[in-house]
Amino acid sequence: MNLASVDPLYSHGVTGVVLLIVLIKVLVGFGAIMGAVTLMIWFERKAISDMQSRIGPQRWGPFGILQTLADGIKLFFKEDLVPAEADRFVFKLAPYLTLVPALITFSIVPLGGTLTIGGHRVMLQVANPPMGILIMLAMSGISVYGVMLAGWASGSKYPLISSVRASAQMISYEAALGMTIVTVILVTGSLSTHDIVTAQAHGVWHWNLIRLGFVPFAVFLIAITAELNRPPFDTVEAESELVGGFATEYSSLRFALFYLAEFMNTITMSAIIVTLFFGGPAGWIPPVPHLKWIFPIIWFVAKTTFFAFCYIWFRAALPRFRYDQVMDLGWKRLIPLSLGWMLIVAGFLVRPGWGLVMAALVLLASVVLARAFDLGHRREVGPDSVLGAVGRRPLPGEVLRTLTDREGA
Amino acid sequence: MIAAAYSAAGVLVFVTASTLILVGAIGVIAVKNPVHAAISLIVTLFGVAVAFVAQSADFLAAVQIIVYAGAIVVLFLFVIMFLGVDRRDDVRVEALVGQRPLALAGVLITIAGLITLMARSHWVTGATSVSTTGAPLATGQGNVRQLGTAVFTTDLFAFEATAVLLIIAVVGAVLLARRERRVDDTFDDERNVEVSS
Repeated sequence: MNLASVDPLYSHGVTGVVLLIVLIKVLVGFGAIMGAVTLMIWFERKAISDMQSRIGPQRWGPFGILQTLADGIKLFFKEDLVPAEADRFVFKLAPYLTLVPALITFSIVPLGGTLTIGGHRVMLQVANPPMGILIMLAMSGISVYGVMLAGWASGSKYPLISSVRASAQMISYEAALGMTIVTVILVTGSLSTHDIVTAQAHGVWHWNLIRLGFVPFAVFLIAITAELNRPPFDTVEAESELVGGFATEYSSLRFALFYLAEFMNTITMSAIIVTLFFGGPAGWIPPVPHLKWIFPIIWFVAKTTFFAFCYIWFRAALPRFRYDQVMDLGWKRLIPLSLGWMLIVAGFLVRPGWGLVMAALVLLASVVLARAFDLGHRREVGPDSVLGAVGRRPLPGEVLRTLTDREGA
Repeated sequence: MIAAAYSAAGVLVFVTASTLILVGAIGVIAVKNPVHAAISLIVTLFGVAVAFVAQSADFLAAVQIIVYAGAIVVLFLFVIMFLGVDRRDDVRVEALVGQRPLALAGVLITIAGLITLMARSHWVTGATSVSTTGAPLATGQGNVRQLGTAVFTTDLFAFEATAVLLIIAVVGAVLLARRERRVDDTFDDERNVEVSS
């Protein structure tokens, strides 16, 4: 395989220096995401407590910034329990299945531009594989297993319900997610995250948010929130219904891993949103000598922080969806919307005329679909759903009466 | 492609991927717990994905993980969890009459097919290539383009046939899952309504 075609770092062959640079990149990336997670947990708790007129963490360090560290140490020294009914191997495996995909997804996010160190051009992202953004989809597919197997392996009722919910929800939203990513890939003409970012580098009007017409971004934001099981889509760990969800039986370090993975995913997905729709590290660079490389990183961090804050905001402001509402939104709204928009975008990319034709077709299809939903909804209203083609149709009240009569008889 | 596979790193990758595939495959049939078997299946699928990457089929590798590991095995697990098939079945009972001889025949036919495939084309890649021209798979973007062209031009019929097959399967599943009352019953109900009111 030709490595140089995907990363200019390998253009002079793979030497010791190159390997060292790669190692440093991996370590810096790991350190960055771990540091960011620590800050994110603190930020979330502090911001939510501000929104709810509470004080929040305040004891450890200035503004309680070291609270996460203290929590981590506490969790580390807690007793490590494995329930008697648990499937021990899967129970111990599950936390890693959520954590590792979260880490891997972060590795494809471009954190900045390109640096030149000793004649080597270094891209400021841990890896730029040819399959690019598909890694993110693959990893979000894998992270389903963590939640799912954790719930199953606990050998307990509520975690099992939670894991069944999680698997259904995450699979449903993956479809909408995939189709919005396809629009981005279509307009960029490349899978690589580096290419996606460079295609948006020439100003705000080139950002995919505007080029694709806002809808893919909205769908992506909603779908990714559901994929992460973040509020308002956190039916998986709805504490009023399911105790603690899939993590009920977990304690100590394994619980900490789940916690870590959740926040790591939040940050990574904020970063992915920025990469796909907001130009990644693109932004205004002031003419400062020798420090030009640092401004893209600042832009990237600022944008990512904004979306991380949005997630916190969602959690504080929005009530939780009911499970059937989550499914309705995913299957009946987001998937048709993202599919239709993808067709329109594809049409416009071929020729504006085709785009208009596609738009008309999608409009027609959406009318038909709306009619189908309406019919389906009406069927669901009464327990006796099938009606005769002709003749007098019973009103919903009458149907109800028939049912009660039959039960009485 | 073949030459690349014989470099030291290539051999290492091949051995690792094959080990993953074989360990997973043996696990699927040897492990007693169905959930563990499903996890073994994921290991196999990962091994296959690694093998795809080593063959420069990056896109296929990603799709392998997204579709098979990310959706289909999740569905398997979903069913296992929902139905609670955690118990063992008695292997000595044949569920269908003549199941074993047919299975044996199927295995023999598959092995014969594999051997002919190996004898007639490349040992590593299986067939000559996805594209009919026999050109090697390009890396990166070319990979997707090549596959897309093949699917939408030369192999369009197979592609569309698969799509129709899937649609039929979905419609059939919906039809089986929706237990609807017959129209005659509804008319009876209507009569009941009139009588009771």
